[in-house]
Amino acid sequence: MMPTREKFYAALVERHGAERQARFQAAKVAVCGLGGLGSNIAVMLARAGVGEMLLIDFDRVDLSNLNRQQYFVEQLGMLKTEALPETLAHIDPYCKITARTLKITEQDIPGLFDGCDVICEAFDKAEAKAMLLQGALENYPNTPLVSGVGMAGLDSANLIRTRKVGRTLYLCGDGVSEVADGLPLISSRVAVCAAHEANMVLRILAGDREA
Amino acid sequence: MVTINGEKLPLDGANLLDWLTAHGYDPRRIAVERNEEIVPKASYAGTVLADGDVIEIVNFVGGG
Repeated sequence: MMPTREKFYAALVERHGAERQARFQAAKVAVCGLGGLGSNIAVMLARAGVGEMLLIDFDRVDLSNLNRQQYFVEQLGMLKTEALPETLAHIDPYCKITARTLKITEQDIPGLFDGCDVICEAFDKAEAKAMLLQGALENYPNTPLVSGVGMAGLDSANLIRTRKVGRTLYLCGDGVSEVADGLPLISSRVAVCAAHEANMVLRILAGDREA
Repeated sequence: MVTINGEKLPLDGANLLDWLTAHGYDPRRIAVERNEEIVPKASYAGTVLADGDVIEIVNFVGGG
């Protein structure tokens, strides 16, 4: 039987504390890109009881995604913006999800993140990451932005860290490991980077702005 | 002196785009902050570095 909203919330408060949970519950977080980083980030944020998420991606679930992304065999061929909300609903049925099937361009950014407390960059391509950062920091200069930079290969997980740059930008990753260098993307290391991003989001929501 | 990614360099008066190009940065794969504010890509060519500037260049790599 589905627990009521009140019971669900009380269980989260018991784990996380009342003040912290109130902040998570009141928050809206944008996750841009629902691949290895974004699907893992969204799952972690849903488990933490973040109240609202804006999920953006243009792609469909492919067999090559299952090595690291939070999708299932039954979801092959589905839009990620349809598949991931299904999964999140199994984790937190009371999380409010808005999914946009969209390949974000510079022109889309003004207005896109209105009302969001934090923006997560979780794209795959370096050029897309740079475009989103540029556009988001120009249009939303006071909204914290958490980005994933460098998590390919199977080097030590200890090289992945979170670094604050300027007032509102947080970079998670080792800064150098690049898929274009022929390095694979492996479940564990991508998840470490996703966890850094999700952890920074939750720290920001809890009121701590330091990396 | 200008501080770029933590390193102090005698670059007062230098042009940002020229410096980025000379150091092999691809403007499509980076973001630049000057004194904690993002520098719009269209402004790289018109940005002249000044004494005391703190520049952070974020060089993106693929994967996610």
